[in-house]
Formats: sequence, C-alpha cells, structure tokens
Amino acid sequence: MKQNKYLNPYLGGVLLGLVLLSANFISGRGLGASGAFKSMVVSSVNMVAPAHAGNATFYKENIHEHPEGVMKSWLVFQVLGVVVGAFISGALAGRLKFKVEHSPKITSKRRLIFALAGGVLFGFGSQLGRGCTSGSALSGMAVLSLGGIVTMAAIFGTGYALAYFFRKNWI
Amino acid sequence: MGPLSVNEIISSNTNFFLAFLIGIGFGFVLESSGFSSSRKLAGVFYGYDTVVLKVFFTAAITAMLGLLFFSLFGWVDLSLVYVNPTFWHSAISGGVIMGAGFIIGGFCPGTSVCGAAIGKIDALVFVGGLFLGIFIFGEGYPLWEDFYKAGFAGFPKLNEVLGISQGILALLIVLMALAMFWVGEWAEQKFPREEY
Repeated sequence: MKQNKYLNPYLGGVLLGLVLLSANFISGRGLGASGAFKSMVVSSVNMVAPAHAGNATFYKENIHEHPEGVMKSWLVFQVLGVVVGAFISGALAGRLKFKVEHSPKITSKRRLIFALAGGVLFGFGSQLGRGCTSGSALSGMAVLSLGGIVTMAAIFGTGYALAYFFRKNWI
Repeated sequence: MGPLSVNEIISSNTNFFLAFLIGIGFGFVLESSGFSSSRKLAGVFYGYDTVVLKVFFTAAITAMLGLLFFSLFGWVDLSLVYVNPTFWHSAISGGVIMGAGFIIGGFCPGTSVCGAAIGKIDALVFVGGLFLGIFIFGEGYPLWEDFYKAGFAGFPKLNEVLGISQGILALLIVLMALAMFWVGEWAEQKFPREEY
C-alpha cells in the first residue's frame, strides 16, 4: 500500500463542507472540538472535587446547562466520532504509527514541550473565544457569523505574525 | 424541514447518534487530507504546504453555499440554525491566543484529536495541553469573567453589518477564496516542500 498519499485538498474541502452542512441540516449547529474537551474537564473536576465544581462559576454554569449530565453533549459524541473516523482513515492509508513528528532541526523533547505549550494556549484561547478553529472559525464562517469571522482572522493573522519567531520548529 | 433536531423530526438520542456519525466523517476527511500532521498544518504559515488554506476555505464556502441553497429551496430554516455570538473583546483576544497556540503547538483541537488517533505522540501531548489550558481558564474564571462577557454585539451576520445580501457576501467570499487558492498554489511552487 502506498503511504502518505493524501486526498486532493479541494476534494477534501468539499467533503468537509458537506459534513458541516449535514451538521447544520440535521442538528442546526456546526462542527466543533474544544467544547467536548470543556465537557471532559468539567466532568473530571466534578468527579474529583464535587464541592469545588458546585461552587466555582465556570463548572457550576456548565453543569446547570446539562441537567442530563455534562458528558451527554452533542460535541462529546461528535469528537468520539472524530477519533474513530481519523483512525479508520489512518488505517486505510497505512499511517498508523507511534511517533513524535518534528523537523529534523529540533529534538523530540523540544517538539513535545512546544506541543504542550501550544495545547495550553489553544485550550485557554478556545474558552475565551467561545470555540476553536472548528466551532468558531469554520462553522462561524459557514453561517456568516461576524464573531466567527473575526476569530478566524485573529487566529490566522497571529499565526502569520508569529511564524518568523518559530520557524526553526517547522522549516 | 431542517434543522431536523430543532424541529423535533428526530429525537434527542438520534441526534446524539448522528453526531457520532458526523464526527466519523469529520475525522475521516481531516485525516485523509493530512490534518493529522503538524508539519503539514504549520506549512500554511510558511507557504510550503497550503493544504490548510485550501481545505478550510473550500469547506467553508461549500457549507455556506449549501446552507443558502437549502434555505432557498425551503429545506432548512436558517433562523433556527445556530449563529455564533459576537463578543468583540474575547473574539479577538481568544483568536490571538489560539493563533499563538497554533504556531507553537502545530495543531488545533480537532486536528490534534486526529493526530492522536493515528499514534502521533506530539498530538497526544497537545491534547494534554488542551485539558490543562481549559482547566486554567476554569479555575481563574472569576479573574476574566468580566472581560469574557465584554463587548457583546448580539448575533450579527457579516452581511448585515456590511448592509448587503447574504448572496452578494457569499459571492465575494468565493472570489476571495479563489484568489487565496491562487496565492497558495503560487507559494507551493515558490517554496520547497517535501511530503510528511
């Protein structure tokens, strides 16, 4: 089997657009990712320290909004699907492999430290921005939301503005 | 007719099941397009691989045009489709922090799930970072709650702000996307690349 053969990006884009359109047609909402992680964080805190979760506003509000349980949310089911879908695609293309992917100019350790730092920033930013690249930027743009388009411009604009400083990690 | 769940054509549990299927499609397309590779994703910021730009904007215009046509045919009631709210302060600052996270970490939340699903350790560590970042936001929430809720402008659509119809805005976005695809193809010719 030929490895590393990716889909034509324009075909991939049309297919992703159809998935997003289905979400809007079926459920009246767009795709997302960070919202599911929020549910998992809230659920974990509620399990470990229920008194704290019942007091602190961030957790309390989320628990209140989901009377049937924090994990019974649309995005949690959707992200579980993402894990399965990505695994199937990777398996079919022969890309299932444990590895740390990084530029030959940096070490695996450096890559992992930056991955952790980037994850922390993205996690924090997705809560402040009410959604990530999927929920706010992509889904927001499809429904022409002003806020979604502003967030998209801020994400990509900042990426380009900072690209020079982190070039060693990538090129 | 649509949205099916809002109009109670399908039950809440069916909706959750379909969310799972939609997620499978989402993950499959992202991974097939190469979004499980951080070096491929980061390429958009250096011009050596603009797959992010092509997939992202093709998807956005496909869904946008689809919704407009569905609405025209009476298949979906756009007033029942969720439109993200606009909070100026947090939309901009959240986006800036996410942009920094993107260039530093090489993933966004959805793509990191795809990377982790096929065994990328760096993606898994990024996911760990997401949990930590959200936890920090939750723990410090009283400190930034006012800022988070500042600058609320309702649920406006860009075409309402510009005073044009949705169709005209959609046409402008399609033309803009075509121009960006042209720049992307040019950049990939100009900057050397290898397949990751």
